[in-house]
Amino acid sequence: MINLTIDNKKIKAEEGTTIYKAAKMAGIDIPVLCYMDLHDLNIEHKPAGCRICVVEVEGRKNLAPSCSTEVTEGMVVHTHTLRVLNARRIVMELILSDHPKECLVCPKSGNCDLQKIAIKLGIRDIPYQEISEISTYRTDFSPSIIRNMDKCIMCRRCETMCNELQTVGALSAINRGFMSVVAPAFEMDLEDSVCTYCGQCVAVCPTAALTEVDHTNRLIRDLSNPSKTVIVQTAPAVRAALGEEFGLEPGTLVTGKMVSALRNLGFKYVFDTDFAADLTIMEEGTEMLERLSKHLQGDTSVKLPILTSCCPGWVNFFESQFTDLLDIPSTAKSPQQMFGAIAKSYFASKINISRKDLIVVSIMPCLAKKYECQRDEFKVDGNPDVDYSISTRELANLIKRANIDFISLSDDDFDAPLGESSGAAVIFGTTGGVIEAAIRTAYELYTGKSLEKFDFRELRGMEGIRQATIDFDGTPIHIGIAHGLGKARELLEGIRKGESRFHAIEIMACPGGCIGGGGQPLHHGKTEILKKRMEAIYREDQSKTIRKSHENPYIIRLYEEFLGKPMSEKAHRLLHTHYVDKSKKIIYI
Amino acid sequence: MSNIKVELKKYQVEQIKEICKSFGNNPDELINVLHKVQGTFGYLPAEVQEVIAQELKVPVAKVYGVVTFYSYFTMLPKGAYPISVCTGTACYVRGAETVLQEFKKELGIEVGQTTDDGRFSISCLRCVGACGLAPVVMVGDKTYGRVSPDMVRDIIKEYSD
Amino acid sequence: MTVKKKHILVCNGTSCQNVAHDEIFNNLKKELQNHGLEESAGLVRTACFGLCEKGPVIEIFPDKVFYVQVKPEDAKEIVEEHIIRGKPVKRLLYNEPETISGKESGEKARFKRKQIRIALRNCGVIDPENIEEYISRYGYEALGRVLDEMTPSDTIRIIKDSGLRGRGGAGFPTGLKWELARNNQNDQKYVVCNADEGDPGAFMDRSILEGDPHSVIEAMAICGYCIGAGKGLVYIRAEYPLAIERLKIAINQAKEFGFLGRNILDSDFHFDIEIRYGAGAFVCGEETALIHSMEGGRGEPTLKPPFPAQSGYLGKPTNVNNVETFANVPVIILKGAKWFSSIGTEKSKGTKVFALAGKINNVGLIEVPMGITLREVIFEIGGGIRNGKKFKAVQTGGPSGGCLTGKHLDLPIDYETLVAAGSMMGSGGMIVMDEDDCMVDFAKFFLDFTVEESCGKCTPCRIGNKRLNELLDKICKGNGAMEDIERLYNLSIVIKDTALCGLGQSSPNPVLATLNHFRNEYEAHIIDKKCPAGVCKALMTYEIVEENCVGCTACARACPVGAITGERKEVHRIDPRLCIKCGACLEKCKFNAVIVN
Repeated sequence: MINLTIDNKKIKAEEGTTIYKAAKMAGIDIPVLCYMDLHDLNIEHKPAGCRICVVEVEGRKNLAPSCSTEVTEGMVVHTHTLRVLNARRIVMELILSDHPKECLVCPKSGNCDLQKIAIKLGIRDIPYQEISEISTYRTDFSPSIIRNMDKCIMCRRCETMCNELQTVGALSAINRGFMSVVAPAFEMDLEDSVCTYCGQCVAVCPTAALTEVDHTNRLIRDLSNPSKTVIVQTAPAVRAALGEEFGLEPGTLVTGKMVSALRNLGFKYVFDTDFAADLTIMEEGTEMLERLSKHLQGDTSVKLPILTSCCPGWVNFFESQFTDLLDIPSTAKSPQQMFGAIAKSYFASKINISRKDLIVVSIMPCLAKKYECQRDEFKVDGNPDVDYSISTRELANLIKRANIDFISLSDDDFDAPLGESSGAAVIFGTTGGVIEAAIRTAYELYTGKSLEKFDFRELRGMEGIRQATIDFDGTPIHIGIAHGLGKARELLEGIRKGESRFHAIEIMACPGGCIGGGGQPLHHGKTEILKKRMEAIYREDQSKTIRKSHENPYIIRLYEEFLGKPMSEKAHRLLHTHYVDKSKKIIYI
Repeated sequence: MSNIKVELKKYQVEQIKEICKSFGNNPDELINVLHKVQGTFGYLPAEVQEVIAQELKVPVAKVYGVVTFYSYFTMLPKGAYPISVCTGTACYVRGAETVLQEFKKELGIEVGQTTDDGRFSISCLRCVGACGLAPVVMVGDKTYGRVSPDMVRDIIKEYSD
Repeated sequence: MTVKKKHILVCNGTSCQNVAHDEIFNNLKKELQNHGLEESAGLVRTACFGLCEKGPVIEIFPDKVFYVQVKPEDAKEIVEEHIIRGKPVKRLLYNEPETISGKESGEKARFKRKQIRIALRNCGVIDPENIEEYISRYGYEALGRVLDEMTPSDTIRIIKDSGLRGRGGAGFPTGLKWELARNNQNDQKYVVCNADEGDPGAFMDRSILEGDPHSVIEAMAICGYCIGAGKGLVYIRAEYPLAIERLKIAINQAKEFGFLGRNILDSDFHFDIEIRYGAGAFVCGEETALIHSMEGGRGEPTLKPPFPAQSGYLGKPTNVNNVETFANVPVIILKGAKWFSSIGTEKSKGTKVFALAGKINNVGLIEVPMGITLREVIFEIGGGIRNGKKFKAVQTGGPSGGCLTGKHLDLPIDYETLVAAGSMMGSGGMIVMDEDDCMVDFAKFFLDFTVEESCGKCTPCRIGNKRLNELLDKICKGNGAMEDIERLYNLSIVIKDTALCGLGQSSPNPVLATLNHFRNEYEAHIIDKKCPAGVCKALMTYEIVEENCVGCTACARACPVGAITGERKEVHRIDPRLCIKCGACLEKCKFNAVIVN
């Protein structure tokens, strides 16, 4: 233990602790800006770049950044001397002098780290304005993410997420000095880069330099158009996080309130993506079993492991970076797209309207979903199966805008027939959930026996890579799970080298799975929130009467009435897809 | 995301690959690779950086981040006769600025630009260590010492047919 | 090998090489051949003598006669008169500026007096491309002695006792640095030579690598032995092709001779050296940035600790010293700590190499004992101010330093004194300014540099220096207000206090130093809207003095914007609204009719 003094308080801290953390333990909250501690993801981003967190250390010539200066024995630290406060103020003024002054109309207003610290430091004036050059860049609109680098403060959290956590490598710091900024190569559009739209950069951006594409106004327009029937599907992870936006404790389930709010907003039918998740299990599980059976019978032409394909960020990742493995992920569409395909065929004909007059909106914890639903593969004659996707954050904003008192809403139920789901579908929202759901069904179909317990705790948790072997009545099935694309890369490299012993692997692009998606309420670095959301998801599973996808009566009926059986020709046409090689190829002139 | 068209002949791409290979395709050697490739091609256009990124297995964004960090690397082709005016302190106090202005005026281009006919480009150079000759101007590999603004026209004339 | 009677040393430093060096060398060679003197007279390409101002320079040894501004056609006369007849060619002799009498002055040149050459001991004396010449001057003897007789700790003790401090700028004790690297246990460690000399107007390191590359190689091997490193890396500016070439030759020769490689001099010490290239980023002179650059990344500094001695190149303990620091090492080993520490001042031992530049007569490279005064350097060695102008200030430490004025001329040059006077030793650039230099403009010149070279990582340097520069620009343009001086000062203090690395922390120094010593010039710009030195264009007006104008029309023809009107043989006029203050008219007028206010 190291003894030190901070603001005249005697403090003990472990060796290697930073001044910032030691102070925090002692109840002294030093403002930090570029710093980001994602403890559960093993990421501590401390470039010591913004210099907001500087403190005075006796005996040192210069002020020290508390976020990255480690404590030493006998150290005497002052966090609010005149010298410190003056320096902090001037540094903040400098940042603001190179930042647009449009807080009133900024999408991040009220949720902006820069704004919060400016308030905390009592900034009332931005000097240098009469002489200041402001660094400006072209705004980049992609289907999911908007980059407005005029608002970038070079905290470089996005760069860390994109490169260290996700290993996507779409973003890097470029240029130097005043014109340095984070951007894709050659400042190309994100759309042309290797970006997967996982949205983890957006999730940590302290300002509005990186935001999601906002479809709320489009939605309001559609909802008020009498010639359209607007229906909605909600992803499982949304209900475990939406409450946070209304001040509820992280981990509060708000399924019923959410349904109620959506109905209030004017959606004609409020459906559940979970229904489609059950459908996904039917297709993906059957495909998995088919490949597994062949493999176990000694057919060496079968590609294993089978990889889940419900995460669009992950699909984008392997389509651009692991193009040699395009034939091993399951061909099953994601639940969002299965829902859209069924809604605009089966359901549209049920309520007797043309697909053009049916608008399918999805509420997703995800930004990649915005891109996914506008892919050409998911359109019929140019009309998309899912018209557009809005994020959990956008939904919260919409509810507030519509003056709906979310907290006092009573619980409501999803509509039939696309609203019923099993517990297996709910856990799609967290890492390990998809594969657990698949096993619940595959086990019973493969062995012909009923599962005695549905909870596979060995598949759960926050470890980046997890593995388990499930006994399929004497046949050991090796399961791998990765969340976060960096972890996915590790498993994929193993497959590439032929070292993988897994039969099936679940991959989610975001840490924690969809509960940690790029469209969720901002956790501001408090990764324990992810664990709370995860617990909520498993609680919802527990509370369901049906726990296995193949027992969902509406799914059974859908096959009877419409699809035939899993992997049928019709199911193939509507519920399966193919993957595209998006890697950059060199073509010679 | 799409295929990129590499405005290079196949043998040139092979050259780049060869250079990367000579450094063991080691990402740590990125700067050495960029030096060698720029030495071969004269500049580092986007396509060339894509090839290097693929060979060294690093994100092209990182390659671009490095290229734009160092002033020695350029993504624009220089003129047939690249003019570099030293703007180190010694040259500055001896009037490099007026010499630079004169070059800009005579050629009608700014620093970092190339004349329309592709003959001349102007860049600023930081101290070549020939401070005894200040102000110093280099055209290609040839050095001109103690340059004054009225010498500029004659220097340019040397390279005009 | 016959003993040669005379040696012709032809300076082949960058400065001289650029002006017909090859022609002079070839002509001399031809002349010697013509007279059958190839055997009795040696002809050697050496590196920088330091007298760059008067290049191309030739020295005849052992006569110690300097010929300056030699032209290729002078070769015949030099050979026939001096080598054969023994009569120096008077018209080519180096004359001291003050003694116009044409007195022979080669060995007496004040330029050489007062200098002690340790780091530059071989520069201009040996052929840097010939390892045998280095060996003949006790080269690699220090390495041999260390490997043979001394333990790493003994060796580090000598370096510590000598008082040698880093010559790159900050002056950290070299022996202590080695000891820290030695104490960090690891199977792999690195020795790095920082040859990324980026200070504009300084070329000490380049000259040493061009003139005596083996001294650096030898020192790196000694350092490797001391700290337990098997690999050395030289990080050198790509803009130094000649230094790179000579370094490569030297490394290969050292390998051939067994001074590098496995089992050096039959010991069980192995050491190799590789070259890494810089690519034009001043910040890479900072050691953490340099290491990131060597790893193939953007040269952005990171917070210390961890110091490179703990976690450096590829995360391994790394010792970084600059070229000049290394060049001192072999001599210290051979001559001892006591000898070295007898030179210099109490806290600054040995010598320092400076690159003299600016408005001074003898631009060039000098090596002087620590403690020498600025006056001695500028007025004796440097030969005073050009064109008889008045000395105004001298900038030491480049963009990170500050300016010193007339009242500082008798200060002894050492690390502490310069810092106390508001400047710093820096890597050794010394730029002299005269009465024609505007100090506000000069501060702005350095801020332009810092803004250009800031890596962009931390706020104070990225945005703060930009704002400082904008404030200076405002003042230079005549738009300044008195409170801008206060803002400059406050902002400078905070940038110094909060910036991440040495570049940022020292970047406001030129502003603070000029504010301290030349506040009156700032006030003249702000209150009187005048630039006293007549540098700041926006504050200048060009006028034609009626009495002097003869109406020759030369100015009107020279004016690029048509601001001058007037009939032939009549008085001309300048329209101040059109005038862009380019000075073309002033240059063209033969009658002193154009004046600047």
